[in-house]
Amino acid sequence: MSAFRVEVRVMPRGTLLDPQGQAVEHALHALGFGDVARVRMGKHLVLDLNAGSRDEALARARAMCDRLLANPVTEDYDLVVDGDASR
Amino acid sequence: MKRVAVIVFPGSNCDAETLAAARAAGSDAYFVWHHDADLRQADVVILPGGFSYGDYLRSGAIARFSKVMAAVTAHARAGGPVLGICNGFQILCEAGLLPGGLMRNARLRFLSRPAWVRVDQTDSPFTCLYEKGEVLEIPIAHGDGRYVVDPRTAAELEATGRVVWRYVRDNPNGSTNDIAGIVNAGRNVLGIMPHPERRMRAVVGTGDGDGDDGARVFHSMEARHATQHAVDVRAVDDRHLRV
Repeated sequence: MSAFRVEVRVMPRGTLLDPQGQAVEHALHALGFGDVARVRMGKHLVLDLNAGSRDEALARARAMCDRLLANPVTEDYDLVVDGDASR
Repeated sequence: MKRVAVIVFPGSNCDAETLAAARAAGSDAYFVWHHDADLRQADVVILPGGFSYGDYLRSGAIARFSKVMAAVTAHARAGGPVLGICNGFQILCEAGLLPGGLMRNARLRFLSRPAWVRVDQTDSPFTCLYEKGEVLEIPIAHGDGRYVVDPRTAAELEATGRVVWRYVRDNPNGSTNDIAGIVNAGRNVLGIMPHPERRMRAVVGTGDGDGDDGARVFHSMEARHATQHAVDVRAVDDRHLRV
């Protein structure tokens, strides 16, 4: 077993209204950052977990997302294990 | 007299009024703590409003895994009536007992004010004493009240008459199709964002000027046709029909 750090990025579904992202976008525009076309805002969770392999860590984290960390009706998620991005 | 279990989660804050409302309607209502696995022969289960587990992660996301929810799910699957008010609605969606989910209000602000809803369906254990088309004034108090659901499910909800309450005059939170409350396919599980327990004269009123629009949610539950039957039975014109 070794320790893995899994980062979970949970984002509101692309097709759904994201009022928090919009509010930040408007604030950036008001500050003169007109080059920002769109802002979306989600959550970032960092998990330290023990697993036999990187794949196992990923599989466990995916199970956690499917059960609790993300709501499949309203959110999508991405996982990064120790720096490697994978879905 | 129905036995009504009002579930209390850490962070529930409408539990006392909800219990009082059920009792005022004549029910034998009692609290069940989220850590209990036994609903004590409840005829009806109510998940009250509040901020279970501080709304951490998502509203209702953690509460849905509490011990009592296994019993609530079994009760619901057996056709027992379940009412989720506000945070209770969010928990029912997270638990998969109702479709869709509730997201941050479109204009971000937490809203605590009256709202107006039209009764679109009366065929549920908690709305059978209302008239179709009636407009009710009932308070809302939520930050995450924007009901979202995929277009296919939304169409199905509409086609099968499962939108029970719909916002009129304005849509306070950006909810899909102005939805304020829905019922499951078996018509025994109802989720609503407005708080009927805050609009019941017997509980919070002092005079005739106080609204009573929420009262019939609790009286419906007590009424003889509040369907505590299997999902294939409907109460129509004082008779039970198999459908």
